[in-house]
Amino acid sequence: MDDQIKDTRRKFLNNGWKIGLASMIGGAALAHLKEGFAFEDTTPSGETMELMDVDGNIIEVDPMDVEELDLDHVTHNVRRGMPGRKFTMVVDLAKCQNALACQRSCNKHHFVTGDNAWLKIYKMQETEDTSPYWMPTMCMHCDQPACVTVCPVDATFKREDGLVLIDNDRCVGCRFCMAACPYSTRVFNWSEPNQEFEMNMDMVEELHSPEHAGMPSVKGTVDKCDFCPHQAEKGELPHCVTACPNGVFYFGDKYEDTVTNGNETVRLSKLLEENAGYRLFEDLGTEPSVYYLPPKDRLPFEEGLENYNEFQSVEKPDAP
Amino acid sequence: MSKYDQLIKDLGPRKFSLKGKLWVALLLAVTVAGIIAYVDQLIRGQVVTNMRDYVLWGLYISNFVFFVATSFVAALVVAALRLTKNEWRRPFVRMAQIVALACIIMAGITIIIDMARPDRMMNLFIHARLQSPITWDVIIIPTFIVVSLLLLYFPLIPDLAILRDHYSGTNKKLSKIYGFFAMKWRWSQQQINLQGKSIHLLVLMIIPLGLILESIDAYLFSTTYRVGWNSTNFGPYFISGAMVSGLGALITVVYIVRKNKQLENYITEYHFDKIGKLFNLTCLIYVYFNINEYLVPLFTAKKGESEHLETLLRGEFAIPFWIVTLVGLVFPAILLIFKRFRKPRPLYLIAIVVVLGAYWKRYLIVTPTLLHPYLPIQGVPENWHYYFPSVHEWLITGATLAMALLIITLLIRYVPVISIDRLAEEEAERLTSEKKAAA
Ligand code: SF4
Ligand code: SF4
Repeated sequence: MDDQIKDTRRKFLNNGWKIGLASMIGGAALAHLKEGFAFEDTTPSGETMELMDVDGNIIEVDPMDVEELDLDHVTHNVRRGMPGRKFTMVVDLAKCQNALACQRSCNKHHFVTGDNAWLKIYKMQETEDTSPYWMPTMCMHCDQPACVTVCPVDATFKREDGLVLIDNDRCVGCRFCMAACPYSTRVFNWSEPNQEFEMNMDMVEELHSPEHAGMPSVKGTVDKCDFCPHQAEKGELPHCVTACPNGVFYFGDKYEDTVTNGNETVRLSKLLEENAGYRLFEDLGTEPSVYYLPPKDRLPFEEGLENYNEFQSVEKPDAP
Repeated sequence: MSKYDQLIKDLGPRKFSLKGKLWVALLLAVTVAGIIAYVDQLIRGQVVTNMRDYVLWGLYISNFVFFVATSFVAALVVAALRLTKNEWRRPFVRMAQIVALACIIMAGITIIIDMARPDRMMNLFIHARLQSPITWDVIIIPTFIVVSLLLLYFPLIPDLAILRDHYSGTNKKLSKIYGFFAMKWRWSQQQINLQGKSIHLLVLMIIPLGLILESIDAYLFSTTYRVGWNSTNFGPYFISGAMVSGLGALITVVYIVRKNKQLENYITEYHFDKIGKLFNLTCLIYVYFNINEYLVPLFTAKKGESEHLETLLRGEFAIPFWIVTLVGLVFPAILLIFKRFRKPRPLYLIAIVVVLGAYWKRYLIVTPTLLHPYLPIQGVPENWHYYFPSVHEWLITGATLAMALLIITLLIRYVPVISIDRLAEEEAERLTSEKKAAA
């Protein structure tokens, strides 16, 4: 951990005048302009540095007045996970109507621009005699993840808090993990991703971490649902959970035995018990962290058909 | 050194004929085209292929599996026949080593071509994780390359020395090059002992290495949950398949070399008949494993599995499947039982068909499975529902095949295809024993 802090600091210093972080500092560091503590030497150095403020204006400030933004608010080891937590999700199929709000939100917040969304809503019908239902899927964050077993370089890894994440700076693009995952949830960046960010690219680079997949996506590497640890860190729910108008997704912590869909907070064990919760492909032994509640007394299936598009899961901005 | 003259004339390096030159030019052209396509793939990413999130492995991996399989011929012919002291192996051994070396080198290159981030290749060593079959491949392929290279090189040393001496008057430069590789070989007893021991050691190594190589290749597939790959039969199935494609490739090469170098006196019908029998045996074994892989599961196949078998046996992939199985394997296996089909020319034609079948077979192992994941394919563009390789993939794959053939062609051009040293020795032995008999 200490090493990490040092590392970031060094990086910051290296960036020095280049101050690729300009815009970030514009937003945040200006607020940190030192008030001038008594015990510090606050005499102006006479030099100035250029920064960009939130409105895009270039301003000149004394370097003495600039303080490093603490990007090290990540207090846990990214590879080991958040201590004492075990993330889990429950998907209530009875409430799913293929509204697609979750998918749209996920695509937006993870900057998914390819042809295959990470969160998919399948139109399911096992046999002719059984009735159809909608089934959202995402990475199951398996406790026995097939993808992690086969990755040759530990680019896909399993954390103690249950998450399976990808280090896009290490992945060699062999796609073995995609072949191994029985849930077909992994998506490959076949070309340079065509992403657009509102913030400065340098800031994107700086925030770049397995904990926020897709920011940015890296050509020739794999992406998938990350269970939004960047949200959990802020104490917020994953984007799909908050976006769903029907409260299909419950997210929470298995150790605390609570999950919430934003409206109601319930006991995980009770929810699963009362609704006969199950996991997908239990017989494979992958031990998913995502549970499903059967589509009993579900909302009318037909209403979802309107949104159903067999050949598209990522909306493309209309061609100019 | 006159005892070698005739042999050198027949087997030694010979300048390319016009046909040979055209052949090399063609191979070079195909290679260059492939390299250009590969550079484009590096720049634009693997989007230039027709692989996508569902068919995430395609022609490259099929090609890789084919190369790995074919390189097994080194273990089979070189080592197995040697250990069992089969005398008829002589004319095949060196060419088998050449084919195996070319194939295993290209297998290594092909797997890198399939990697989307070859720039991060070092990660495979820096961050290597032992439980991934890819890491096993990273270990076994370089090992196999080194061992098969040495297995080609060590037995070659006396021949290189012969050529060194042969050219010492006429072509100083060539003599020097051969001399360099001959490493001061003087037929001293010490050298001969050392060489014999080293070769024996390599021979002992190449068999387990070959088996491991083929098994790992199979495990790349069978360690996944995929229907059609997740089979305990896959290890031996791949090994038996490797014997077939390796021998097929060898017979093809031997026949062409024999024809172009007029080696009918060295590689006789007797030899073809013998290797034809071995080929027949391997084909029959492979038929047996195919039955295990495709027919027996029919009885108990669970839903996903039976759907997969269905697409192969009478669905989407039925036509290629049956062509590959019947024309590429079953018919040859039956025909080879008859002596008349083990004559050089028919055997050669059968071998070509079998090799083509073996190539296609690899494709049928990779693709249909990927198109039948557990969850239905939804929410992706329509053309992700099937797969046919793109121009880039064809060009690049073509280049890997051309490079393998180029390696084989060049080695055959400069290296005696049958050991001159051994032939001369045998000849001398025969003479002395005849003399003894006369006395
Ligand atoms: S769902 Fe697939 S990608 Fe996610 S952890 Fe399981 S095996 Fe890995
Ligand atoms: S594609 Fe990347 S994450 Fe997946 S197995 Fe290969 S190296 Fe690991």
